[in-house]
Amino acid sequence: MTTSRSYRDGARAVAALTPAALSFGAAFGVLAESAGMGTFAPIVMSATTFAGAAQFAAASVLDEGGSVIAAVAAAVLLNARYGAVSIAVASAFRGARLRRLLESQLIVDESWAVAQVGGGRIDRRLLVGAGLLLFPFWVGGTALGVLFGDVLGDPEQLGLDAAFPALFLALLAGQLASRRAVFAALAGAAIALVLLPLTPPGVPVIAASAVCLAGVRPR
Amino acid sequence: MNDTWLTVVLVGALTVALKATGPLVLGGREVPARVAGAVELLAPSLLAALVVTQAVGADGGLALDERLVGVGVAAVAVRFRAPLIVVIVLAAVSTALMRLAL
Repeated sequence: MTTSRSYRDGARAVAALTPAALSFGAAFGVLAESAGMGTFAPIVMSATTFAGAAQFAAASVLDEGGSVIAAVAAAVLLNARYGAVSIAVASAFRGARLRRLLESQLIVDESWAVAQVGGGRIDRRLLVGAGLLLFPFWVGGTALGVLFGDVLGDPEQLGLDAAFPALFLALLAGQLASRRAVFAALAGAAIALVLLPLTPPGVPVIAASAVCLAGVRPR
Repeated sequence: MNDTWLTVVLVGALTVALKATGPLVLGGREVPARVAGAVELLAPSLLAALVVTQAVGADGGLALDERLVGVGVAAVAVRFRAPLIVVIVLAAVSTALMRLAL
């Protein structure tokens, strides 16, 4: 029953997020264009970085006249969690180096979250299927925003910003099978909440995920 | 290269490296037993942190707004074991309705 997960199952799991990916992609395109990033660069950024919050952060810094270093630092801080995620999912990726490199680029919070199959393991097909569906909506949305402005309307007006925490909450509920997991979730949420007003964006999530180090077994 | 392209190239290269590290360097190998416990706890701790930052995070830190209603409705839907797509749609619709009403 549980062994036949497919790319399509992964795509199906994030299908409800495609309007949000398209709409926020367009919002990024609009912001990037008004930040003077031109037409082509924002689309290339969506295709190569494929990480919403980091892209918004970098474009905002440039928009406010900040330096390249400040823009890159803000984005990298927001993406630092992918270093931990990347190591955690490593054992699921097999095959040639080029294939592993390409498939790893489909790691985003949403594809990682829906690929969880329990005990910290992920199913690579679910992750890749989810990432492959979200990618064209994100990049296509960016192109729409750069070329045509905010024709899709404000994603927040449509409530689409609530789609992401709802997805993560639903998937978190499936994770709370042990007392250790419940503790990790409560600690992670508390750390994120306390640090949110105090630290630069990105830090709360990294600090919260460091809770998982409590699971390292002593020698 | 101008500032825009320099930013795009640097952010892109660093993000590609962050995402690829595990699959490229460790790909296919089983996680050492000592570390498996940490990998197991990453999902609940990171998912919980993402719920918090996406529900109440904003430009200046914290913002309590209509998203909270959407996340609350999502929590009820999860409680009643609604399918994922229903949870997400209910969250978006209830948030949008709150914004219309206020």
